[in-house]
Amino acid sequence: MITVKDLHKKFGPLHILKGIDLEIKQGEVVVVIGPSGSGKSTFLRCINLLEEPSLGEIQFEGESITAKGHNINKTREKMGMVFQQFNLFPHKSVIDNITLAPIQVRKMDKSKAEELAMELLHTVGLEDKRDAYPSQLSGGQKQRIAIARALAMEPHVMLFDEPTSALDPEMVGEVLDVMKNLAERGMTMVIVTHEMGFAREVGDRILFMDQGVILEQGTPQQLFGSPTHQRTKDFLSKVL
Amino acid sequence: MDFFTIFWDYRSYFLTGIQYTLLIAAIGVLCGFILGLAVALIRMSKWAVVRFIGHAWVEFLRGTPMLVQLFIIHYGLSSFGINFTPIQSGAITLSINSSAYLAEIFRAGIQGVDRGQGEAARSLGMTRGMSMRHIIIPQAIKSVLPAIGNEFITIIKESSIVSFIGVTELMFQSGAVVGITYDGMTPYLVVAVMYFILTFTFSRILGVFERKLKASDYR
Repeated sequence: MITVKDLHKKFGPLHILKGIDLEIKQGEVVVVIGPSGSGKSTFLRCINLLEEPSLGEIQFEGESITAKGHNINKTREKMGMVFQQFNLFPHKSVIDNITLAPIQVRKMDKSKAEELAMELLHTVGLEDKRDAYPSQLSGGQKQRIAIARALAMEPHVMLFDEPTSALDPEMVGEVLDVMKNLAERGMTMVIVTHEMGFAREVGDRILFMDQGVILEQGTPQQLFGSPTHQRTKDFLSKVL
Repeated sequence: MDFFTIFWDYRSYFLTGIQYTLLIAAIGVLCGFILGLAVALIRMSKWAVVRFIGHAWVEFLRGTPMLVQLFIIHYGLSSFGINFTPIQSGAITLSINSSAYLAEIFRAGIQGVDRGQGEAARSLGMTRGMSMRHIIIPQAIKSVLPAIGNEFITIIKESSIVSFIGVTELMFQSGAVVGITYDGMTPYLVVAVMYFILTFTFSRILGVFERKLKASDYR
């Protein structure tokens, strides 16, 4: 579904990504772990071109999205993204946050978009927050709304950029539950996270990134049970 | 002569004056707002040439006296066969002059919106234009509303310079009343109060508007 070939990203003299090759299959849940500064988030943001790759190719559903003249907006409609800082639109109510893109981008009827939004609010358990503004929500609620907003575009893949890192500890669970539920329903997901328990439980495949490359990858059993690289072992011993 | 006598005896002068002041200031505010927003977007274009035009526009209009701009538009252009009525010249000058200041205010506001907002919008498949229109600009305007209000009040006051080309707005009319009454103080005091009432009312209205926009901030 997503093919990444020799992806490089440089910020000025900084070489953040040093050649990433990856194939993500439909329905797969890929969890990216690694020390901070290893390029996990940059890699994720390259997948929907929020960061322009310096070199290399990304294909999505058989189409090269890094090719010149490719309309990235069309691709982004099918790639939902959830941010560490939620990035809800503070001047819009919850329902407007969710329906804005379906109405504007997918040209959906307002009533149909609201119907869809209510279904999604039900999924994330926040139907009663329909008319609330983001400033009235807790962090966990914000992130669940952000997930609902991304899902309203009915994406084929969901990208999660440290979705629980900005949350108070007691709110992490509610967000992870929503994500787990999503994974169980067969959504293709790429998740950058520090939640190792969640990674082990939900991930089909774990990628360990360090210094701009995927150092090691495998099933959770392989990667957490018997890591082969010393740096993977060091990292895991610190976080587990 | 006392304040109220002057005001009452020459009320038709002041009334005409306030009408023209309101007319010219309203056009200046409205056109300045739209033009200013456009110039702000031009200044943030991805093409350097377009950016340069926006930059030059702002620097020229900020860096030269409005009176000079007014004379260029009213007298200067007429020697090239482009003739405006005094009211037209006044409205055009106020609009383009305030557009330069408002453009800078808008630009600061737009650049002050958190980067994540645009990224969230784009990640949902919105185009640059949609993201600007629905996400960035509404938040930008809200955050710079006090500065915009300041500029609007400046426009109301600066509209007095169009008296130089014979528009019968407040300033011009007060001069006329001074000429008739030989009272060199009171008519000016009357228009000072009238200007103050205009600007004060306006800033109250903006205050209400600001509170309305803040509705989404309440916890």
